[in-house]
Amino acid sequence: MCDQTFMAATFGPCDSCGKTGPLMNIYIKNEPVNYCSFCVEVMAYRGLQKGETLETLRQESDTLKKKLEEERGKLNDVELHQVAEKIEVVGALSIKTRRVLKGHGNKVLCMDWCKDKRRLVSSSQDGKVIVWDGFTLNKENGVSLPCTWVMACAYAPSGCAVALGDGLDNKCSVIPLSLDKNENLATKKKSVAMHTNYVSGCTFTSSDMQILTSSGDGSCALWDVESGQLLQSFHGHTADVLSLDLSPSETGNTFVSGGCDKKSCVWDMRSGQNIQTFENHESDINCVKYYPSGDAFASASDDATCRLYDLRADREVAIYQKDSIIFGASSVDFSLSGRLLFAGYNDYSINVWDVLKVTRVSILFGHENRISRVCVSPDGTALCSASWDHTLRIWA
Amino acid sequence: MIVKDGQPFSIVEDEGFQNFIKILDPSYSIPSCKTIEDIVTRIQDETEGVPIRTVKSFMTKIPSVVTGLREPAVICTPCSVPFTAEAMHIGSLIAAQGYFFPISDHVLSLKDDGTFYRFQAPYFWASNCWEPENTDYAIYLCKRTMQNKTRLELADYEAENLARLQRAFARKWEFIYMQAEAQVKIDRKKDKTERKILDSQERAFWDVHRPVPGCVNTTEMDIRKCRRLKNPHRVKKSVYGLVEEGTQSQSPIHTPSHHCRKGTKEDVEKEILFLNTQLDRHCMKMSKVAESKEPSQQRVKKWGFSLEEALKDLVGQKLFLKFLESEFSSENLRFWLAVQDLKKMPQQDVAQRAQDIWAEFLAEGAPSPINLDSHSYERTSQNLKDPGRYSYEDAQDHIYKLMKSDSYARFLRSNVYQDLLMARKKLETEQGRRTSLEKFTRSVVSFPVC
Repeated sequence: MCDQTFMAATFGPCDSCGKTGPLMNIYIKNEPVNYCSFCVEVMAYRGLQKGETLETLRQESDTLKKKLEEERGKLNDVELHQVAEKIEVVGALSIKTRRVLKGHGNKVLCMDWCKDKRRLVSSSQDGKVIVWDGFTLNKENGVSLPCTWVMACAYAPSGCAVALGDGLDNKCSVIPLSLDKNENLATKKKSVAMHTNYVSGCTFTSSDMQILTSSGDGSCALWDVESGQLLQSFHGHTADVLSLDLSPSETGNTFVSGGCDKKSCVWDMRSGQNIQTFENHESDINCVKYYPSGDAFASASDDATCRLYDLRADREVAIYQKDSIIFGASSVDFSLSGRLLFAGYNDYSINVWDVLKVTRVSILFGHENRISRVCVSPDGTALCSASWDHTLRIWA
Repeated sequence: MIVKDGQPFSIVEDEGFQNFIKILDPSYSIPSCKTIEDIVTRIQDETEGVPIRTVKSFMTKIPSVVTGLREPAVICTPCSVPFTAEAMHIGSLIAAQGYFFPISDHVLSLKDDGTFYRFQAPYFWASNCWEPENTDYAIYLCKRTMQNKTRLELADYEAENLARLQRAFARKWEFIYMQAEAQVKIDRKKDKTERKILDSQERAFWDVHRPVPGCVNTTEMDIRKCRRLKNPHRVKKSVYGLVEEGTQSQSPIHTPSHHCRKGTKEDVEKEILFLNTQLDRHCMKMSKVAESKEPSQQRVKKWGFSLEEALKDLVGQKLFLKFLESEFSSENLRFWLAVQDLKKMPQQDVAQRAQDIWAEFLAEGAPSPINLDSHSYERTSQNLKDPGRYSYEDAQDHIYKLMKSDSYARFLRSNVYQDLLMARKKLETEQGRRTSLEKFTRSVVSFPVC
């Protein structure tokens, strides 16, 4: 079926040849069919011979896509910024750099805040992962990893552990944090996730016990930390998945992912199904982030735009772009209320957008190289940005 | 090609050559490159852009330059940006990528003093995805030392680099020296002004690819995207047309890419299925909520008083369930309803039903797992050792509170409820999960700013 390795979620007797082995879960006309990969190949071969060529199917798929866009367009009665005309303008913002965190020896690739609103973890291309205290600039913990491409890092909700996504050995590991500074944390690293390509994003779900990862092999996966077992895998992207974000609502069990195939997909965590897909960007999607209420999400892309998608209206509702912004956006995050969208770009600046009025409110200069990540603190009082110039900056 | 065939450097400016380069590798390229090149082309345009002229200075003439003062102003028009720090910033970034450069400085940035700038030849543009080898750099530095002009002396860092390369290429040095000599010979045959221009362009090219220590290296790429770039494992194009002898070592980044999974029949069929489901959702009919006529205004209002009221009324209950289904959290209400049923069942059925509810909602790997805290979970599993009508009291309370605090509030704000409340007339075929943007933004109007 696909020329790509995947996680086999089921194991058992094949429906057609009867041999036990890893099965591919595919659906034909809504019916689940559990064939082993050999039988799937055979079926595909025979299927093609029956006259339904790949071309006709592709055409059907294209016409359906057009129809879907038409349907989505039908309920487009008013633009977001038009409705937002009644709202007050956001006052002039005075956001300045309050702290500069120096200590990394190479590009800082990722960072995350702790739920205690004070500590943050950052990972860089020199293999170091540092836990900082945002106020005092104290480096609380530092881990030196043998691999050099720690592309993703996330703080556990309890604040007791950190998850790191690797670019070289394609794993996501969890390191429990301790107060003892002398302890060598690298030895306590525990491998949880394994992919067949680099791990681009990782996040804990509502507890310390499960991790969600996205990878360059085009899939996302949900893992149990204790056992390292794969709980659910999510297939649907046709290229690298670069980013993911968990839905903030408590009863929500969904997450959104964005990838190099220019698509952003919303998934149901329990069934592994793809609920919604949006294909509006013109280039790779670097980052996706949910709106604080959980009903919408924003995505940042190499085509120099950020877009807002509404999940209930099932379409893109705003594009944040400007002629003077020609470099791709690498990261986005919402302010606590969701009124402001902070977007970090490859032109070394952070643009602050008014989400509702679709205008730019402010630009933050200060970094000397690309911004790799922006993240608003959990209490909304500060913004942290990580950059290729080896530093992190805290703005407020 | 240029060195071997003795072609003049200037052929790189010719259109045919540029087209040829483009044909070589038409795969993924960085989007911003194209935009920048459009801007640069517009700036260079004779009518709209800056005038490129020859400036008389001291004892010589400086050909083909543009003053720094006018540069930001001209960037303003293509980018529609007012003449501010922003224009300078964009200008600096474009300069750092190597599209234009100050003629007498190695640091590539844009300043609005009177310094002169020159545009880079398209041959050297970043979109051609140059990854020049150290051999090319060695040839270039060698060539520089052969040109006996004081202003072409090597800078400190360049001298260091040259020394380092000499040590690294000790065995190949003769070859490199010969290449440098050959190039100097060809250069001498060229017209003086043309040579000046090409020399400066070549220097700017190397300033981009071997930047001054302390400057940002703009050729660094995001490692995640590297393997999809043009020219991943072909023989690396040499700037001077050299063919590398010996084996090319594969860069660890450029692994054979299995990027786009070729869509097989199954993939496309799956996609069609998915698209059909999406379309169906759009045209989903709202099921008539158990009764043929719509409930009265007063009744609908009553549901807004408390969760209890909403659940007491069958119609309200069904509406709430429908809403929760659209949020993928209907298992809470279904559990609550199941437990209510349990309490009313005949005694002989109670035990069985209790076990069923456990299997459905609470067991490991249950089809509709509910979110229960560990304390209630413990108590409930204890209770089930002797199943009775009230085994699930704790759990039910917990779930009820959860629904009340979380889902119920959203239900009241939801469109399904609001619509009924305002007794809007709806077309049968256009209801469903999707709502128009206007209805969505209703709840957004009174947003506080954070």
